[in-house]
Amino acid sequence: MTDLLSGAGSTGAILNGALGIALLLVSSALLMSLARLVIGPDKPDRILALDTLYVNSIALLVLFSMHLGNDLFFEAALLIALLGFVGTVALARYLTRGEIIE
Amino acid sequence: MSASPWSLPFNLLVELLVAALIVIGALFTALGSFGLLRLRDFYSRLHGPTKATTLGVGSLLIASSVYFSRLGDGLSLHEVLVAVFLFITAPVGAHLMAKAALHLRVRGQTGLPPDDLLNGPDDGTLDPSSTESSPQDAKSILKDASKEKG
Repeated sequence: MTDLLSGAGSTGAILNGALGIALLLVSSALLMSLARLVIGPDKPDRILALDTLYVNSIALLVLFSMHLGNDLFFEAALLIALLGFVGTVALARYLTRGEIIE
Repeated sequence: MSASPWSLPFNLLVELLVAALIVIGALFTALGSFGLLRLRDFYSRLHGPTKATTLGVGSLLIASSVYFSRLGDGLSLHEVLVAVFLFITAPVGAHLMAKAALHLRVRGQTGLPPDDLLNGPDDGTLDPSSTESSPQDAKSILKDASKEKG
């Protein structure tokens, strides 16, 4: 783990511990959102769980890019943010109007 | 190494700052999803992901910006772009989901939303008798004014 961060020029021990804790917390957040996606009683609950899932996946991607010391993941994070927002809007419009493109 | 924090090396200070931002952001993210899982009804659950999770991801993106600014050559601003986009789109998405829930007449358990919103017309707007009172008042005022002129 430390050899991947060797280009940082820092010691990296505190950062590696924080990254481990954060990866654990964000992964548990993804699992909780997935549980709400499965058990959600209403349709808006499931849309909200999908929205939370993509925001959590952006967080996980950012943490992973810091773990690798590689900043090529931000285009992927921006794409996930864009398409997740479009998906949320499309699903909510579908529940409200019954059709997406009028 | 002395005990004063101001004499610590710069790299260690940056690392401590980034580690603190990462842990705080991950805590907020996990707390938002925990609220999504454990709160009672949809209108309560809407608060957790749209506020706590967005704030936590913003903190993570700031940490990443600081980290890659230290690691690379200059300022790294891709993360700020993602954070600004998330902070703009989160309220819009929450508003659309709340409107969809009102349209489907999802019942809350805490007395919210009031029955006027649930028993109103199809588009989930307010009770027509309460909203149309002000235009009628305006029309009557105009009629009175014209009568006084005539």
